Amino acid sequence: MTKYLDYAATTPVDERVIEVMLPYFNQEFGNPNSLYKIGRDAFHALEAARETVATGIGAERPGEVIFTSGGTEADNESFFSVLRAKAPNGGHLIVSAYEHHAVLRVAEWLAKHGFELSIVKPRKDGHVYAEDVAKLLREDTKLVSVMHSNNEIGAVNDIAAIAEVVHGADALMHTDAVQSLGKVELNVARLGVDMASFSSHKIYGPKGVGALYLKRGIGFDALIKGGGQETRRRSGTQNVAGAIGFAKALELMLAERETEAPRLIALRDRALEGVTTRLENTLATIHEGERLPNIAPLLIKGVEGESMLLQLDNLGFSVSTGSACSSGSLEPSHVLLSVGVAQEIAHGSLRISVGRWTTQADIDEFVDVLVPIVERLRAMSPVYEKMFCS
Amino acid sequence: MIYSEKVMDHFNNPRNVGVISDADGSGEVGNPVCGDIMKITIKVNDDDTIADAKFQTLGCGAAIATSSMVTELVKGKKIQDAVRISKRDVADELDGLPAAKMHCSVLATDGLKVAVDDYLKKHGREPLSGVIKSADPNYNPHEDEDEEED
Repeated sequence: MTKYLDYAATTPVDERVIEVMLPYFNQEFGNPNSLYKIGRDAFHALEAARETVATGIGAERPGEVIFTSGGTEADNESFFSVLRAKAPNGGHLIVSAYEHHAVLRVAEWLAKHGFELSIVKPRKDGHVYAEDVAKLLREDTKLVSVMHSNNEIGAVNDIAAIAEVVHGADALMHTDAVQSLGKVELNVARLGVDMASFSSHKIYGPKGVGALYLKRGIGFDALIKGGGQETRRRSGTQNVAGAIGFAKALELMLAERETEAPRLIALRDRALEGVTTRLENTLATIHEGERLPNIAPLLIKGVEGESMLLQLDNLGFSVSTGSACSSGSLEPSHVLLSVGVAQEIAHGSLRISVGRWTTQADIDEFVDVLVPIVERLRAMSPVYEKMFCS
Repeated sequence: MIYSEKVMDHFNNPRNVGVISDADGSGEVGNPVCGDIMKITIKVNDDDTIADAKFQTLGCGAAIATSSMVTELVKGKKIQDAVRISKRDVADELDGLPAAKMHCSVLATDGLKVAVDDYLKKHGREPLSGVIKSADPNYNPHEDEDEEED
């Protein structure tokens, strides 16, 4: 556990979360849609969880929160369900180039099925700008989606500014806020978004549960049809224990954020500084503007990311890379390419993400083991000296 | 995508890393944009037997492990036999490779062919036919026809 440095991928479920979930597996197991007592009890618990999540994200009404199977489903519904109601005859969409695939692949699919798609590129500083979105808006733009913060480089975007220009064009605004939830100031009403996606397992809650924020009054033709649960917007018996766990996880994140955020920022910066000072030809991928407190994005030149990841894994450290080889594709991370990182550099990306149980000693130990790993791999490279040493 | 134990062994303890300073043949393939580059140097006896082979590789676990395996496989082989070692042979020796790795990460068989041709050229002999393409700076390993899946 102590050597886990991939909290942006997923997190362990907090014991305090498990504790509140447990009764809902076999004691309070009722179907929240049943009329008798154990059903009603489950219903009340589910609705209390909804209220907690609604308050936590700044929704004006609990009814604006739809529990889903996770962030991916919320992203899919923000497009499919909303567009079926808003734009049955197609139209124009804008998404940013570095969206999660749960948004990108959906937008690409829609572009082949009656919609036109424009891609707004983030700038080199890692952020998406409202004025760049504004240039792409058209009279027939129906929906714009820009993530609140990016999962690979940690850039936090000014979604309120983007939502304002989007609404000026009479389009809807969606934001994937999966990485931001509980980590940075986030209030959907103040952001002015129409839809937002959230996930539980990034905040020490269980996997398989998330939420879609759907502003009241936005038309919605449910993607998942059936028994009409979630006020007919998401059928299927609710994941009661999951929703309760999610709500508790969010409550804890928000209660502890004020003390936790500065601690994580210090760890993040210690990792960035440790690596870039101890290893030549390394840099932070982005270093300007608002960034998530927990993600340290690094570029290690002259090394391939997967080989770094595997050697770190040998020593018990879990990290991520945007190298092509790690994903099984031929191209390195679309996120890194979108912010102008050259392909040959992107292969050497490393994402360290810290969390609730990361200590300063973990970071120091990580830097200590990374240095010889990188040196060894560079020594094994036929081109490192040619490319990077004069 | 999970590597076999044998791949991990060759990745963690690569055999024959380095450069033979008085090499008889040398080959470098791949390019940094793809993320994988491999250089192999060979020492060849008068009877065309490969006496020694060393490699340097920038690349993923599969690229390093296959490089290591190729240097092991070619030692003691005649050059004519060594160049016939296919990507599939290397993958089999490593107890298989993930499908995505077959395309771009098995550079060493190409590198060896370039090194052998380099050796033949130095001795005024005809290169082995059809194997020099990977020495072309525009060579794209992704276009390779060896697309067997594992």
